[in-house]
Amino acid sequence: MAPFILSPTGLRFEGIDKRYGGLFALRRVTFEISAGEYAVLAGRNGSGKTTLLRIAGQLVRPTAGKLSFPGSTADFAGNPRPGYVGHSTMVYDELTAEENLLLFARLQKVESPVARAEDLLREVGLYERRASLVRTFSRGMRQRIAIARALIHRPSVLLLDEPATGLDPLGITWLANSLRELNRAGCTIVMSLHGESEISSLATRAVRLDAGNVIADTKTGASLHDILAFGAA
Amino acid sequence: MSLFSNTGVLLSKELRTEFRSRELLTTTVVFILVVLILFSFAISPTTEESREFGPGLLWLAILFAASLMLQPCFLREQNNDTLSSLRLAVSDPFSIFLAKLVANTLFLLLTELIMLPFFAIFYNVPVLPELHWLILVLFLGSLGISVAGTALSAISAQARMRELLLPLLLLPLLTPVLVVSATVTVSLFEREPIVKGKGIAFLAVFDIVFLTALWLFGEYLLEE
Repeated sequence: MAPFILSPTGLRFEGIDKRYGGLFALRRVTFEISAGEYAVLAGRNGSGKTTLLRIAGQLVRPTAGKLSFPGSTADFAGNPRPGYVGHSTMVYDELTAEENLLLFARLQKVESPVARAEDLLREVGLYERRASLVRTFSRGMRQRIAIARALIHRPSVLLLDEPATGLDPLGITWLANSLRELNRAGCTIVMSLHGESEISSLATRAVRLDAGNVIADTKTGASLHDILAFGAA
Repeated sequence: MSLFSNTGVLLSKELRTEFRSRELLTTTVVFILVVLILFSFAISPTTEESREFGPGLLWLAILFAASLMLQPCFLREQNNDTLSSLRLAVSDPFSIFLAKLVANTLFLLLTELIMLPFFAIFYNVPVLPELHWLILVLFLGSLGISVAGTALSAISAQARMRELLLPLLLLPLLTPVLVVSATVTVSLFEREPIVKGKGIAFLAVFDIVFLTALWLFGEYLLEE
């Protein structure tokens, strides 16, 4: 991936609560991820990782608390537009790979959208299949196009929710290399992961969630290995 | 300006996906023709009844077709969570609604355009002398159905029993539009200018009010 960062941007969660009816998905979550960090959110299923990432992506409004992006100069209702890779591909099956990227490039006013889409298709290894409908893609190819979509507008913050899902070992290596290059270029990376892998080995920071609470953070002395190993349990 | 450029990009996506599959249009056109033909058996086309009841049946058929057409409008955004990627990409969420409601109105008008000759034949109604007014009423009525229907489609897509919810909410909300549209359509065939003028004004006001409400509160309908 070519270096591209607009401005180094961090993420700050201050007293974030998220409640669904009577159920707390997150309780008083407070921590900050500095600009350029490669952070992993670990925790069991239902610990609140996805909810926290969706709040960071401004897809879910917290019940209480504040989200901010220290260092951001980009504007999206006062906040930058993070790149977001979720559980679903978040692209249209009935459009081709190129049409999907062009759609999101044009919506986000990316300069030279055709060239940008072609570059990304080459980088994710889907250039030969650019004219194929996404519905004909394998799970791994869908994940690659999902990642390309998240990167189309050159985000300074990239949020990934279990991004290795559906990728084969080669795909995981490709993803790890891509994330390393993005992070070197200054992109802040926050992802949820289960256990240790080639992708988590790049992490400089890890936060463990349990039942919506932050219970361990490398910034407060916890070991990166312990946090990631716990995620696999 | 960002609102209109985003709307343009999203509208072209809506049109491209529909014209590529033609799923909605084919289903709706076939459905509306079947309903109109079945209704026509209940009325003798040689009598005055046909002009009196035909427009009511016409708008009922349009409502059924619209509820078929509006159902997947936001539902298909749920399959791959594409609504989230759209929300991340657009600067004004109203552009998502605007693109969908323009697309829905266009699809509905296209369906009505195909249906109109069949309506004229089966119900023995002279549509040509008042065609320009009829097109205006069809446009305003269809716009009203699309505006309210698109908003309700966004609500129902996130609910349980979503397939039932949309028609249940749509019918009471659209009753004024349907009653007025049918009344104005009857008045067109019976040359009653007062009913026509008042009815068209009512439809225009309904469309503006719902469009404004959608612009003001639409963002909340898209939230999880």
